[in-house]
This record gives sequence, structure tokens and C-alpha cells, in this order.
Amino acid sequence: MSGWQTLFYKEVLRFWKVAFQTVAAPIVTALLYLMIFGHVLEDRVQVYDSVNYTAFLLPGLVMMSVLQNAFANSSSSLIQSKIMGNIVFLLLTPLSHRAWFVAYVGSSIVRGLVVGTGVMAVAWWFAKPSLVAPLWILVFAFMGAALLGALGLIAGLWAEKFDQMAAFQNFLIMPMTFLSGVFYSIHSLPAFWQQVSHLNPFFYMIDGFRYGFFGQSDVSPWVSLGLVGAALAVVSGIALHLLKIGYKIRH
Amino acid sequence: MSAVSFQNVSKTYRTSRGDFQALRSVSFDIEPGEFFGLLGPNGAGKTTLISILAGLASPTSGRVTVLGHDVQSDYRAARRHLGVVPQELVFDPFFNVREALRIQSGYFGIRHNDDWIDELLAGLGLSDKASANMRQLSGGMKRRVLIAQALVHKPPVIVLDEPTAGVDVELRQTLWQFVSGLNKRLGSTVLLTTHYLEEAEALCGRIAMLKQGQVVALESTSSLLARASSNVLRFKTDGALPSELAAQARITGRVVQLPAGDVAAVERLLARLREAGVVVEDIEIRKADLEDVFLDLTGSQSAANPIREEVSA
Repeated sequence: MSGWQTLFYKEVLRFWKVAFQTVAAPIVTALLYLMIFGHVLEDRVQVYDSVNYTAFLLPGLVMMSVLQNAFANSSSSLIQSKIMGNIVFLLLTPLSHRAWFVAYVGSSIVRGLVVGTGVMAVAWWFAKPSLVAPLWILVFAFMGAALLGALGLIAGLWAEKFDQMAAFQNFLIMPMTFLSGVFYSIHSLPAFWQQVSHLNPFFYMIDGFRYGFFGQSDVSPWVSLGLVGAALAVVSGIALHLLKIGYKIRH
Repeated sequence: MSAVSFQNVSKTYRTSRGDFQALRSVSFDIEPGEFFGLLGPNGAGKTTLISILAGLASPTSGRVTVLGHDVQSDYRAARRHLGVVPQELVFDPFFNVREALRIQSGYFGIRHNDDWIDELLAGLGLSDKASANMRQLSGGMKRRVLIAQALVHKPPVIVLDEPTAGVDVELRQTLWQFVSGLNKRLGSTVLLTTHYLEEAEALCGRIAMLKQGQVVALESTSSLLARASSNVLRFKTDGALPSELAAQARITGRVVQLPAGDVAAVERLLARLREAGVVVEDIEIRKADLEDVFLDLTGSQSAANPIREEVSA
């Protein structure tokens, strides 16, 4: 077993040992959203033509859970290690920056997909969306989790206090997920806000993911794939560079 | 080939209050199998030097190698040959002792390391704690785990950064027995920084002393001790020393120690004390030790006193 596999294993074990908090809690949260918003908005919000609102909402909530948990995994693991000081155990090893990247992002993908699958499995009782193109579902879930895992890595390296991490999460990640079309189709928005939504990379992840269920989306899934892929490449490049120079972890 | 080679290592930290030069062109080599001591007062640059060796910090200029491997350009090989016990008492609360050691082995690409892990646990008196969570361990036990973690990959070069700070006497003995054992049995090279000078005196064959980022002495322990040919007059008092004596005295609470070359010097000191009306008790004359050399080399008595307090604390 090479070094990155151990780090990957350790990172998976880390969230799995506290699965109540890292897996069960976000599933319950997503279900509450689904029940409350689904119940209240079922007859009021019109999306696409043939899709009922709760079914429309489900993929959005699944993807939101995937993204938020992928981000939370790498970012909280890193900031905790930094504040506890036990990151030194990693810094003393021959692990390369690539090994760090693969292990942290990989474990974030695992957590994102585990939570996403959990939300999906439980929510299936309430609404059964169709599964028109499952491959798109997998591709967008995977890439979205990777992108947020890499973003969490950057945030974890940058933040020196839990306070800064909370700011990153609440002022950047949360608004971008909520304003990305989880709860609505952006076609229901005024033209100006539709344009603004097109600048939000999270929108393409959710839109592409939803395409896999309904075969309908606000923009072509290929456009979404290209943009999400480009964002993933840029964010990964930055994360790898920061790891290589030991940004805020080596002096 | 040297086990560790520091070549003109300098380090400048940029701070908001301007640049701070922590190391100024430090150069020395440690040979394989040596038990080497790195001493110096707080802030002398010991930990910075160790950090650069371990890859936790990079030098502003200069170069460090571990068994010929540059710690920057060839860091993977360098770190495989190096086991570092950090100064801070850190641990990962998610795991128990055995898990922590297995994971640490895995980072170095080592699987099925349990035989060696068992040996480490036994040697450090941790066998019955193998399945205890790290959070449940006392400070001393955590310290032992830190040492085990540094040794999982059987490094030929071991670095201990003040490993016995805040550790009780019994544990200190265990640790030193264990580390000397590695040094003697396996021929491991040991680099030790410590505040306990009697420890350095007992364990280290050679010593480098740092002061304000510079090497002020680099000699075998015996020749360093030979430098301190003089004796020390030691007594207790509640009175205030005359200022010219206070300036050269090492004072720890009631205990006062004054350098005294020979019998005549002892007599002069006692006469001066009598003259000043200082009542003394428990007078003794002892041979100077490493600490006297240390204080002599690293500077003023005022800077020395806090160190003395830490040693006796």
C-alpha cells in the first residue's frame, strides 16, 4: 500500500467514525427540506411541464448535499489538523503534494457520494423522479464532489481559525448552493437574475445533474460538463500548487 | 557520508515588525552513530534548525542533507531516513494508539508493521495502552506515542526536540534507556535538543551550542567540560548579595552559585560575603558542569536564570 492510500483510508475512517454527524445529520437535513418545501410548494411552483415539484426538488437536494459534504470533509479535516497540530505527522512523511491532493479530494468525493446516496435512498419514499440518463448523474455527482473537495482543501489551507472557515462556508459556499437552482428552475427568474445565475458554477453542476434524471435542463448538459470540468481543472491546479509550496503549513 | 549536514543555513522570518533572523549561517555535520546534543537558550534557533531539517520550514539560504539527501530537492528520501519527535504534545483524537502507529507506517508505504510496532510499544512501556484512544492517555503516555510514531519506519537518524520537557523523572529514565538502546544496538544517529543539561552531559558525545542563531561551540562533551576547569561555590542565603557578586552569580530561589577558580578565590568570596553581612548556609564547593560552560558561552547571567529555573522546575 502506498502512502496516498493510507492517507485516503485515514480520511475516510475519520468521517466514518463520526458518521452520525457527517453522514446521518446531513441526510436528515435534506429530508426536512424535501418534506417542508415539497409540501408547501408542491402546488405553487411550476417547473418544466410534466415534472411534479417534489420530484424536481429531489435531485437538487441530493446534489446540494453532495457538494456541501464534499466541501466540509476536506476543509474541516485540514483545519482541525492545523489547529490540533497533528498535521505535523503528515508534514514529516515523504507524501508528495499529489498524494495529499488525491487523498483529501478522494475522501471528500466518498463522503459526498455516501451522503448523496443516503439522501436519494431515503427520499425515494417521498418522490420517485425518473432516471433518464444515469451516466450523467454519476458524472456530475463525481465532478461536483471533486470540485468542492478541492475547494475545501484550499479553504482548509487558507483558514487559520474556525471563524475564517465559517466565513468561507457561510458567505461563499452556502449562497452559491442556494442560488444555483436547487429549489427552482432559473427559467422562473426575471431575465437579469437568469444572467447572474449563469455566472454561478454551482448552477451548472445542479443543472447537469438534474438532466440525468429528467432529460431536461436549463442549459445543455454538454455545456455544463465543459464548464464544470474547466472549473475543476482550475481549482485543482490552485490546490496542487498551494500544497506544493506548503501554503501556510510549511514555513 | 554525514548522517546530517547543515551547510551555511540561514533563516529570516518576515514579520509585521520587520525581519527576524533566526539562523545565521549555521554549519556543522553529525556523523553516523553519534549521539549529538543541540543546546541553546530559548529563542536561540534550535527548533528552527530542526524544522528546516524536517522539512517543516525551508532555509532562506544554505542546504541541509540527511545521509546525502537534500531535504528540499530530494525530500522523499531525506524524510524516509529521518524520524522526528516534535516538541509539541500533539495527537489525533480519532484513533487509538495502534491505529495511529499503523497509519503512520502506511504514510511511509509500510504495511504489516505490527511486529515492529509491538516492539516499540513494549520498549516504551505502552503495550497495555495499544487499544486506548489517544484522548484517554496522560501527557507522559502521549509523549511516548509521539516517540513511537517517529520510529515506525525505522529511521537511521532520530531527532528529538526537547522530548523530556514536562516529563516526570521515571518516564525520563525510560525514554533515555530506550533511545540510548537504539543508538547503541542499532547504531542510530540521535540529534537531541534539551534544556536539561545534565541529560546532554550524560548522553551526548558531541555538542553544538547555539546563541542568537549562531553556533558558539561545537566540541565533544568532554572537551567542553574541560573548558570549565574552575570550581563553583554553592550556598543558600536569604540576604541580598553585593552587586558585583550578584552580577556573576547563578541564583535559583535561595540557592546561589558563584564561579571560584581556586581556594584563594573561595576565601575571597566568603570574606566579601561576611563583609556585606550576608548570612550563608549549606556551603559546598563542586566541580563546574556543562551548565556552567553553557551559561558562560550563551551569555549573561540574567538570560541564564530563566533556564536554570526551567531545569529545576
